[in-house]
Amino acid sequence: MICDRAGAVVHGYFDNELDAAGAAEFELHLEQCSECVYALEDLESLHASIGLAQLYERAPATLRKKILASLGPARPVAVFPSRTVWRWLAVAAAILLATYVSWRVTSLGHSGNYDTVLAAEIVDAHLRSLQPGHLTDVISTDQHTVKPWFDGKLDFSPPVQDFGDQGFPLQGGRIDVVHGRSVAALVYARRKHFVNVFIWPTDEKDRAPSSGSQQGYQWLEWRKGGLEFCAVSDAAPSALEELHSLLTSN
Amino acid sequence: MLDSQEQARFETLVLPHLDAAHNLARWLLHGGADAEDAVQEAMLRAYRFFSGFRGGDVRAWLLQIVRNTCFTWLQKNRHGKDTDEFDEEVHGPPGPTPETLAIAEDSRGRLTRALESLPSRSREIIVLRELEGCSYKEIAIITSIPIGTVMSTLSRARRQLQLALTGPADKESIHDL
Repeated sequence: MICDRAGAVVHGYFDNELDAAGAAEFELHLEQCSECVYALEDLESLHASIGLAQLYERAPATLRKKILASLGPARPVAVFPSRTVWRWLAVAAAILLATYVSWRVTSLGHSGNYDTVLAAEIVDAHLRSLQPGHLTDVISTDQHTVKPWFDGKLDFSPPVQDFGDQGFPLQGGRIDVVHGRSVAALVYARRKHFVNVFIWPTDEKDRAPSSGSQQGYQWLEWRKGGLEFCAVSDAAPSALEELHSLLTSN
Repeated sequence: MLDSQEQARFETLVLPHLDAAHNLARWLLHGGADAEDAVQEAMLRAYRFFSGFRGGDVRAWLLQIVRNTCFTWLQKNRHGKDTDEFDEEVHGPPGPTPETLAIAEDSRGRLTRALESLPSRSREIIVLRELEGCSYKEIAIITSIPIGTVMSTLSRARRQLQLALTGPADKESIHDL
């Protein structure tokens, strides 16, 4: 038998395009329709493969520079009495222009780099975890099993809580590597999506969450109580915000 | 021409989407150098039209311009070039980290070839949804295609990619390995 929802509805659900009622209704349907479950799993695995294949092609730095140079700051138009003054002003303007352009280029490049590098690493780690058998090292929905599992494996103790009642059941935990250091990864389920929450210690002050997306994956990052958190998923951005408020509520 | 305040606004609002512009152009134009030229042209066009932009979804606005520039570009340069040809020597994907290389090597080759061989409408919808994370509505705005057609094209294109991934390796990828 061919389920009539295995087409557009599965895609709509997978892409977070159904409204809340439609999504809830489809989830009920999923419990009794293996065809739709398989269709959804196929979509997830295709999405993960596309992410892993790194098909996204960023603009090369040279192109960014070329475009910035072609925009160029507006040049003042004025008439000066003496040719000497004009010449000196031209030299000064050229220096200012060059300084301005290189400052714009380096400052853009710099801030861009940090976020891009971190986000790319987090998304890579998330994608790796979606490969069969990679998601969790300790499989348990019980926070009292997952938390002690981390003891002795990390030089810090990550907060582990189950939010099953709030729509984010804990699936387990794992040690991962981000930024060249070992980090804790907590895995939560959100409907049919997985959320990885990466946690590692930081000396920086607490920071409100900032978010972004990379290759179609959303991430939300914040700092609290000497720990840095980064949640990543292909669930809707609002889901990550919900999880953030759960994780920071106590 | 924009005054310096407008220019700063352009740099803050539009330039952060340069990667998105480049990624879309690269997949629409099958390659590196053409994509860069087209993006530069699209950016200058966006810059010229920027005073007419009054808020809203900047990325969708920019990608619309990029898309139009790319299709004009394809029309102009159609002769003498097989647009469905893909030369990996020249246009190969960027180097991955060694870590992900082993896992992704096979599926990257297959996916790249499968994506390149999709009709351009399917290809741009896959790029906008799977790589750029655009909503159906945004895709409909960018491509000027009705939302129903966006959905049906997307599911058809995904099925084609799934087949390419799970089907037997073609000659070319055996050769690559």
